[in-house]
Amino acid sequence: MLTEEDHRLLKLIAEDCRLTPEQLSVQTGLTPDYIRKRIIDWEKEKVIVGYQPMINWARTNEERVSALIEVRVLPQRGYGFDKIAKRIQKFPEIKALFLMSGGYDLSLLIEGKTMQEVALFVAEKLAPLEHVQSTATHFVLRRYKQDGVELMGEEETIQRLVVSP
Amino acid sequence: MNHYLASHVAGLPPSGIRKFFDLVATMKDVISLGVGEPDFVTPWTVRESGIFSLEQGQTMYTSNAGLLELREELSHHLTKTLGLCYNPLNEILVTAGASEAVDLVMRAVLNPGDVVLVPDPSYVSYAPCAILAGASVRYVPTHAKENFRLRVADLNQMYTPNAKLLVLSYPNNPTGAIMCREDLIPIAEFVTKHDLLVLADDIYSDLTYEGRHVSFASLPGMHDRTLFVSGFSKSYAMTGWRIGYVAGHSDLISGLTKIHQYTMLCAPIMGQIAALEALRSASEAKDDMVTAYDRRRRLMVHGFRQMGLDCFEPLGAFYVFPDISKTNLSSEAFAEELLREEKVAVVPGTAFGPSGEGYIRCSYAYSIEQLQEALIRISQFVERRLSKL
Ligand SMILES: Cc1ncc(COP(=O)(O)O)c(C=O)c1O
Repeated sequence: MLTEEDHRLLKLIAEDCRLTPEQLSVQTGLTPDYIRKRIIDWEKEKVIVGYQPMINWARTNEERVSALIEVRVLPQRGYGFDKIAKRIQKFPEIKALFLMSGGYDLSLLIEGKTMQEVALFVAEKLAPLEHVQSTATHFVLRRYKQDGVELMGEEETIQRLVVSP
Repeated sequence: MNHYLASHVAGLPPSGIRKFFDLVATMKDVISLGVGEPDFVTPWTVRESGIFSLEQGQTMYTSNAGLLELREELSHHLTKTLGLCYNPLNEILVTAGASEAVDLVMRAVLNPGDVVLVPDPSYVSYAPCAILAGASVRYVPTHAKENFRLRVADLNQMYTPNAKLLVLSYPNNPTGAIMCREDLIPIAEFVTKHDLLVLADDIYSDLTYEGRHVSFASLPGMHDRTLFVSGFSKSYAMTGWRIGYVAGHSDLISGLTKIHQYTMLCAPIMGQIAALEALRSASEAKDDMVTAYDRRRRLMVHGFRQMGLDCFEPLGAFYVFPDISKTNLSSEAFAEELLREEKVAVVPGTAFGPSGEGYIRCSYAYSIEQLQEALIRISQFVERRLSKL
């Protein structure tokens, strides 16, 4: 369990990982030394696994498509789904991989340059894998919201008075 | 046409904030730290319930006291969060903002000649409402060295036998001071000794940063003496919905309701429905806002102390109240010159009462980026002033 202070600290880092330990110190009341040590610990414990900006690629002119793929697999005795999942995740095209409840087993998020490329990856790499029974590919047409950020939202223009009691 | 105005209205000084507002309105590119309302938009689930209420055609009057469902939920909420016990049937009145509740209390309990004791500095509307109700006001000073807590020694100094009502407003606007149980107990003894009523404006009770708010009404024997006022504006970022409430002894509440039924009839129904949703499902959104305010609070206190100014650490609300007397400027002069030279708007402490002299109120209901920019500008200004001395 995280202490309340650590919880606050981790949430702040999750919100903006550019903050320096000194800035984090001002905003949390914890000492910079404590914060530095905590971050190192979290990195070691793989609580913090990376620092990435959120990029809305649709606003660039890069070609990029993504697809969600439902995969049914045969679980293996003694390993369940883990063995096949650990194998599948090795493909760099696969950006996210989840074990799901319900009508299928694994859900994959794949990124590629073109639909063709993604379709080929599924047909040539994924579907033929041993234990994979079937796949269903759903291409993403538009991203409205990701990781809590509205990508297509209209700016809420707040009009507050400039001085009020 | 001024001569048509009633003399007690004509004699009412315009709000110190209003004067400043007019000045700011003429300028461009101003960073304002002058706002007494959250920068957050009302949580979506609350907004959505308001929209849905319109779709369902809920556009009628409610009962004078407000939707019973809302009063019931409020009653639970007050018990759960503050240990208060009010009967939703006759001890809670839903009002158009805490502002209306303050006005109702003053009008319902004050006779001409009565005196209201108001901690100084504090929110701007207590004194005018008391005066409009025919009473007069005595400011009870609070001091930075006492963390702006109200002390019985100061109350004793300002006490008069005509005193009938004491205002308590903690967490405090503009100082950010809070009163803990130990601070409130002597006040309870004081009001019992002098048989006073208390208007406890607890509107910032959810916005505290160290420990939980203790409500004066929860002290032994204080339920019947206290008119507990609060609202949704600050905790749930709902200023524009205009929903507040007042709770107290049923005799007093029925007196307040008489005025409310003739002057307001009822609080807006859409706001009441939204408020109900806020109580039921926005507590997490509220906690997130409190966490964000806390970050900003620390940033502001740090920023002012770095400039070499004394800055009391506020433990509630969303204001800092730094001491600017080192600059040898009055509060008003500081605020005006800062606005002209650095285009940062703050509110002079004197807008909140005479003891506000030597201080400015800075709201931190702004994004971290805006606050950082404002701090840079203020520190340039302060540096220039200090180097001139
Ligand atoms: C201490 C205090 N009480 C009451 C109010 C008014 O709140 P409402 O929006 O509920 O009328 C304010 C608003 O600034 C306040 O600071």
